[in-house]
Amino acid sequence: MSDPNTNLPKTHLPNPNLDAAAAMATEVPQAAALGFQMVSAADARGVMHVPWREDLVGDPQTGVIASGVVTSLLDHCCGMAITATTGERRPTATLDLRIDYMRPAASRAGVTVEAHCYHTTRSIAFVRAHAWDADPADPIATAQAAFMLAGPVGPGTGGAA
Amino acid sequence: MTPEDHLRAFLARAPYINFLGMTAELAGDELTGILPFSPHLIGNTLLPALHGGVIGGFLEMTALAQLAVTQSTPRVHKTIDVTIEYLRPGRALTTYARADLRKVGRRIANVHVEAWQEARSQPIAALRGHFMLAED
Repeated sequence: MSDPNTNLPKTHLPNPNLDAAAAMATEVPQAAALGFQMVSAADARGVMHVPWREDLVGDPQTGVIASGVVTSLLDHCCGMAITATTGERRPTATLDLRIDYMRPAASRAGVTVEAHCYHTTRSIAFVRAHAWDADPADPIATAQAAFMLAGPVGPGTGGAA
Repeated sequence: MTPEDHLRAFLARAPYINFLGMTAELAGDELTGILPFSPHLIGNTLLPALHGGVIGGFLEMTALAQLAVTQSTPRVHKTIDVTIEYLRPGRALTTYARADLRKVGRRIANVHVEAWQEARSQPIAALRGHFMLAED
C-alpha cells in the first residue's frame, strides 16, 4: 500500500528553506558526485562550495579545477537561490546560463559560489551569481541565468521542462 | 601528430573529462563529442534529467576538443565566456555534440556547439562561446 507519490516529506524544522537547500547539495546525484557543500541559503541568496579534488582538475599542469565543475556549481547554486526565494523546492529548468571567466582559479583551490535570485515572476526566475577561490571581491567567474519555474512539486509535474 | 593523436592527448589530459565519462570520435577533422549516460550525471531525479552543469561542461569540452584538433598547440586554450541555451531536458541517454568554429582569429575563436540525443534535428542544448587561443 505504498504511496505512489514519492514527494519529499513535509518537515517542520526551524528553517525549512535551509533544509530544502541542504537536500539539494546531497540528494542530487551530480551535486553529490562533485562533493558540493551547502554554506547558506536565505533571503533569495544561496552560497555553495566545492572542495578541490584531483579527479575534478581541468589541466593537470596547473592543478586548476575544471571550468565544467564551476559551471555545475553555478547552475546548482542558482537553483538553490531560487529555493531560498520561494521557500519550497520547486522543479526548475534552466533556460539559459551565461558565464564570464575572469581568471583561472588558483592551483588546488576549491570554489565557492554565491547566487542571488533578484527577480521572480509566476513562471520565471532571474539569477546572478559569482564564483571565487579565496576572496569574494576577486571573482574567477560571474554568471547570469534565467530559469523556468514549474508548479509546486506534486503528481503530474514531472514533464514540466 | 595526426588529428587522432591531438584528440587522444586532449581526452587523456583532463581528469574532469574522465569524471564525466566523455569520449569523442573524428570524421576527418570534424569531431563528435560523446557523453554516455551515467547515474552520477543526473541533476533532476524526478524526470530523470542530466544536470544543466553537466550539459554545459560537455558542450564546453566539445568546443575545446575541436579547437585542440584544428588549432593544436602544446598548451590549453582558455574559455573566455559561454552562453548555454537549454532547449529540451537531457534524458538518461547518450548525448552527442558537434562544434562549429565560426571564426578563428589570431588570438580568439568564436565557437558554436549543439548537443542532441536521439535526433540531431531535436537539439537538447546549444552553446556559444569565445576562447582565448594558446600560443605555441
